Amino acid sequence: MIGAVRERTLTPVSEADLSRMLRIRHFEKALLRLFEQGRLNGTTHTCLGQEHVPVAVSALLRPKDHVFSNHRGHGHFLARYDEPHALLAEITGREGALCNGVGGSQHIYHERFLSTGVQGESLPVAVGVALRHRRTGDGIACAYIGDGTWGEGSVYEALNMAQLWGAPLLVVVEHNRIAQSTPTTAQLAGSIAGRCAGFGVLHHRVESVDVNVVRAELAPLVERVRADKRPAVFEVSVHRAGPHSKGDDTRTAAELAEAAAGDWYAHYARDFPAQVAALEEIERAFIDAAVENVLARPLSEWS
Amino acid sequence: MRVAEHLNRSLHLLMENDPSVHLLGEDVSDPYGGAFKITKGLSDRFGPRVMSTPLSEGGIVGVGAGLALAGDRAVVEIMFSDFATLAFDQLVNFAAKSTAMYGRRVDVPLIVRLPTGGRRGYGPTHSQSLQKHFIGVPGLSVYEMSPFHDAARLFTEIFASGTPAVFFEDKVLYTKPMLSGGDGLHTFEVRDGWAVIRAEQDTEDVLLAPGGLTDRALAALRDLLVEDEIACTLLVPARLHPLDVTPVADVLAAARRVHVAEDGTASGTWGAEVARLLHERLWGRLTAPITHISAPDSIIPTAAHLEARCTVQPADIRRAINT
Repeated sequence: MIGAVRERTLTPVSEADLSRMLRIRHFEKALLRLFEQGRLNGTTHTCLGQEHVPVAVSALLRPKDHVFSNHRGHGHFLARYDEPHALLAEITGREGALCNGVGGSQHIYHERFLSTGVQGESLPVAVGVALRHRRTGDGIACAYIGDGTWGEGSVYEALNMAQLWGAPLLVVVEHNRIAQSTPTTAQLAGSIAGRCAGFGVLHHRVESVDVNVVRAELAPLVERVRADKRPAVFEVSVHRAGPHSKGDDTRTAAELAEAAAGDWYAHYARDFPAQVAALEEIERAFIDAAVENVLARPLSEWS
Repeated sequence: MRVAEHLNRSLHLLMENDPSVHLLGEDVSDPYGGAFKITKGLSDRFGPRVMSTPLSEGGIVGVGAGLALAGDRAVVEIMFSDFATLAFDQLVNFAAKSTAMYGRRVDVPLIVRLPTGGRRGYGPTHSQSLQKHFIGVPGLSVYEMSPFHDAARLFTEIFASGTPAVFFEDKVLYTKPMLSGGDGLHTFEVRDGWAVIRAEQDTEDVLLAPGGLTDRALAALRDLLVEDEIACTLLVPARLHPLDVTPVADVLAAARRVHVAEDGTASGTWGAEVARLLHERLWGRLTAPITHISAPDSIIPTAAHLEARCTVQPADIRRAINT
């Protein structure tokens, strides 16, 4: 069981990292706003509270690495590719969309980034891609999953094969303590660490909202995945600061307060108020302009 | 040469000609060479390109799709087609969907081989013909091995298409010889993915059946010809779905009665889809509705006398045509 995140003092954050975390934050907030205004079709799953994880991870990835993402994947994408216009165009079905508006929020394939909407489905695929990387020696596969994903059998089939065959696969688990509306305590027996141990798969857990700490803890693990050609599971304790999708949060006021307190944003705003305020203004304005720009575009075409 | 040996040689040829081809499956490595020995000699010859896997049908189809996406080509063997249900998500929601759901064409050169069918006494969970569950999945082709078609050419065609395919192989057919030329009564002609088996040109009865039914269809055709004096042409497509009947349009144009046979259970079937397609094309020229021959709506029992009741027999085909 992962306890509440307790952070005394954050390490100084680079402008690039903080900007990107705030850019993702404002991208997600803009989506929720557009939904409220009835200007977005379908659904979306924002990563509010988890933005620092892909920002920490992406700096350790190389251009030839493959990234596999899930339903809550906007941050994974934006941390790797600074292309919010193209992602927003995808979500809103506008010209310049990553996948012509066909995939939408959950099904993106761009360069070496691929997301799918079925829980756990990407892991065996990532093993296949990692096996090719093992052969060619040109990279690794990195797959983001959540704590809820561990209910899927495909996770275990994939971990077993990855360990047996030495697939360079990094699994990043964003453990946000809740699977849609079900607390993880009600859906996951034992622990992720214990499950990894059963397969002999390297596992490391970090409980920090400090992007530098998360990255520093992950770096040696990524190196082992690359050098030793083996899988590893990196579990990051996070809080889902927003709803599962939109307006569907049934958590109590106390639970929401705990999630808000565990949000990296609150910690950074407390420790670096001036830096956050300054960059936040820039990112808010940037995303507002992106929204205006994209929504003025013609509808996407698909042939 | 028997069909099993032909399939084995075809896989050897495929892997020899294309170093990007990888093969995965349960117990496929030597000396065992697969439950039906279709992969014999491959791991000895091609080493790490052939992988015996854990019992993880969904997982290995996913791995195959991953290899295919990353630039390789993958053949995945599922030991019994019954277990393809365990890989349904990877096939339907990932491999097939990925060809289109990213807004542009994405090639997924993946073949999932499925030993299939009853008549070997393996019982309810090892004898099914589940083809119908894969018919009509956007982005997925359905093939079935026949004794007339060159499997190496089919595998090459599937990879070249970039569309993932399930490839059904009847388990009794494995033991039968490959066929060419004719059987003394009928000539066997292969054209554009179809085998045309007939005793004379332009017969009024035409039977369509997947390759796994060939032995029983041929037996029925011989009895019909010799005993009942009915000449019926048999059409065997290598690709069941999507079905392109253009190459056999001339045969169908002459038909007055069309029959479709399959090993799957009744209702919601491949044959019903074929009938829909042919009714559109042949309506007005047929003198009767298209006849459908399938297994009954039943599980497949184990004991031989019970199993025979629940699988299509030559007499069932003959009776349906001669009524």
